[in-house]
Amino acid sequence: MKFVSCPHIGNRALSEFTYGGALRNEPDFETVSDKQWADYVFHRHSEPKTQQEWWYHRPTGMWFIFTRNTLTDVISQVELATEVCTKGALNEA
Amino acid sequence: MPLRLLKYAWQKPEEEPRFFPDEKPLKKAYDVVIIGGGGHGMACAYYLAKEHGITNVAVLEQGYIGGGNTGRNTTIVRSNYLTAEGVKFYDQSVKLFEDLSDEFDLNIFYSNRGHFTLAHTDSAMRTMRWRAEVNKHYGIDSEVVDVETIQKDIPYMDVQCNGQHPVMGALYHAPGSVARHDAVAWGYARGAQMRGVEIHQKTQVTEIKTKDGKVVGVQTNRGFIETSKVISMVAGSTPRITKMVDMQTPIEVFPLQACVTEPVKPFMNTIVVSGSLHVYVSQSSRGELVMGASVDPAELHSTRSTLDFVEGLTDQMMDLFPFTSRVKIMRQWAGMSDITPDFAPIMGKTDLEGFYLDAGWGTWGFKATPVSGKTMAYTVANDRNHDLIKPFNLSRFEEFALVGEKGAASVGH
Repeated sequence: MKFVSCPHIGNRALSEFTYGGALRNEPDFETVSDKQWADYVFHRHSEPKTQQEWWYHRPTGMWFIFTRNTLTDVISQVELATEVCTKGALNEA
Repeated sequence: MPLRLLKYAWQKPEEEPRFFPDEKPLKKAYDVVIIGGGGHGMACAYYLAKEHGITNVAVLEQGYIGGGNTGRNTTIVRSNYLTAEGVKFYDQSVKLFEDLSDEFDLNIFYSNRGHFTLAHTDSAMRTMRWRAEVNKHYGIDSEVVDVETIQKDIPYMDVQCNGQHPVMGALYHAPGSVARHDAVAWGYARGAQMRGVEIHQKTQVTEIKTKDGKVVGVQTNRGFIETSKVISMVAGSTPRITKMVDMQTPIEVFPLQACVTEPVKPFMNTIVVSGSLHVYVSQSSRGELVMGASVDPAELHSTRSTLDFVEGLTDQMMDLFPFTSRVKIMRQWAGMSDITPDFAPIMGKTDLEGFYLDAGWGTWGFKATPVSGKTMAYTVANDRNHDLIKPFNLSRFEEFALVGEKGAASVGH
């Protein structure tokens, strides 16, 4: 079983987490065009890379942002979603 | 008998023709370049040559023929989908599949089994009725059956599911079948090659060159090829190809795992799927149970196998077939699924002139091999989307005209 080393809740099994997709910036709902909105809702960049992702920890009910490589499956950073979002990369959970 | 054997031994060795001729060097230019030498790529090349007379075609495959998802799926063929678009499309595919062995003069071991999709909840029963009605409307043999019928057909199944989630009924689809997946790719490949198509294995496309909004060629690890038409038929590698032409797609790549058990005596002729339990199983002609589940939980570009998958799958499988607790798993493997938001494929022309997409095949690609080859060949030959694939165009997302196939395309919901 794969484990995630988390600075807040220690070493936890990955199976305790639910994947919530890549972190993306939501365009302003008031001014967005249909095309931009479709881009945001549907379009993805799914080639292999390192990306920030939402992960929900079910036992504690906390959202985390993992920095993970989608080719090697190595998780290089684990942060609280609230920490990342205050840094400015905000989208609604 | 020994005399005959002796005579045979003294005979000159028989000259068996090679199944595939030796590969030639790459030509400078082709009319059409197909990226991906799996079932879809080979089928497209075959129909381009056979039905449209376009034979100056190169199929470029970075690995070997049928070594990707074509050889990794669980070989199920069916057409009991949920949307009108899906049903019409997959029905054509089943009809083409039925004649392939004759057409190729190669046995693809097409075996008609019947296909049960089990329902364990009221809402699942509702979806089964819905699917049955849509299917019947389009002339497809599909009906809702009760538990007694299932039990009679599959006496070894515990319809009570260990008391946890009893089976309430099922959608039964008589044309549901299995086939030898590699043979489908080989048959198409040989048929295409006999008509002049070139297949180049171990040839990786690294760049797609465009000029004034048109495709002009592809760069490969074996040199540059001029062409005005490129078709991407690469399943789980689609995002890497579309990135070469700066194209946005809604595809996300997830691993899909499967496994087989050791062979056991034949006990089940039909294919059994349970959306609620996230499992599907059929018994191969060798007696192995071929089993699969839903895709892995997160995006990943790796065909690694996990114990989590086998644990989850066998847990559910033992509820359905308690005796499997004594059966050993022989092999497990994974393929790369390019999943779309509506669980329907992305096919046809794109905004870039000369660039065609056959992608988004997620977990439902094998059963579409013949029809996708045929409709993509038509689309490329005429530079016009075939009627059957019009609803599957990439632009449907920007137009918010999705083809909601989730209820029938996969078990992961």
